[in-house]
Amino acid sequence: MSDAGATKKFLYINRKAPYGTIYAWESLEVVLIGAAFEQDVSLLFMDDGVYQLVKEMQTKGIGMKNFTATYAALGDYEVNKIYVDKDALSQRGLALDDLQHLIWEDENEDWAEKDSIRLVGRDEIADLLEEQDVIFNF
Amino acid sequence: MLHIVNKSPFMAGALQSCLRVAKAGSTILMIEDGIYGAIDGTAVSGQVKEAMGEISICALSHDLEARGVNGKVLDGITRVDYDGFVDLVTANDGVQSWL
Repeated sequence: MSDAGATKKFLYINRKAPYGTIYAWESLEVVLIGAAFEQDVSLLFMDDGVYQLVKEMQTKGIGMKNFTATYAALGDYEVNKIYVDKDALSQRGLALDDLQHLIWEDENEDWAEKDSIRLVGRDEIADLLEEQDVIFNF
Repeated sequence: MLHIVNKSPFMAGALQSCLRVAKAGSTILMIEDGIYGAIDGTAVSGQVKEAMGEISICALSHDLEARGVNGKVLDGITRVDYDGFVDLVTANDGVQSWL
């Protein structure tokens, strides 16, 4: 983190499915822009937002870009706290294995690869919301 | 009648409203975010399975593929492509889009 200026905790909450609306893509754009300002960024996927992380999307047939490949790049921007609501997953017949395997490299541990996704329940989500300085909703 | 549902069953009541009033012999086509209603093992799949006895349920294959869930579709749901979509519209007397 940069020494210049105060670092704030930013949380981006994603609650919409990809493609049906533009929210998911817009959120990703804002996260990438925000990453340039070296804030303490977290992403939370809940409700239909968990569909954004499903792997192996083939969007050719609907004539849209598969923007979700970009999630794999978040680790390179030091965006490595990606929280996923486990109850939202199970209600939708999904498990962690159905999602992209998102990783980041820890420079303090000889660039060891670590998982970015953390499954959370309602209590952890409640705490996560409380500890933020800024929350963006998509 | 052809009923078209394009909203996720978890974020809107469109599928539930449709299932409530769709008559036996009618067809429901799930498109766009509506295809999440076609997935097995979800909080709404029991409701969809129950309806399948009397109602023909279809889902647009391109939307299933785009969302990465083509391999998770409930048995008994018919995948249709864009040509199949057109066929359903011409084969049915009326179309109701549950926006």
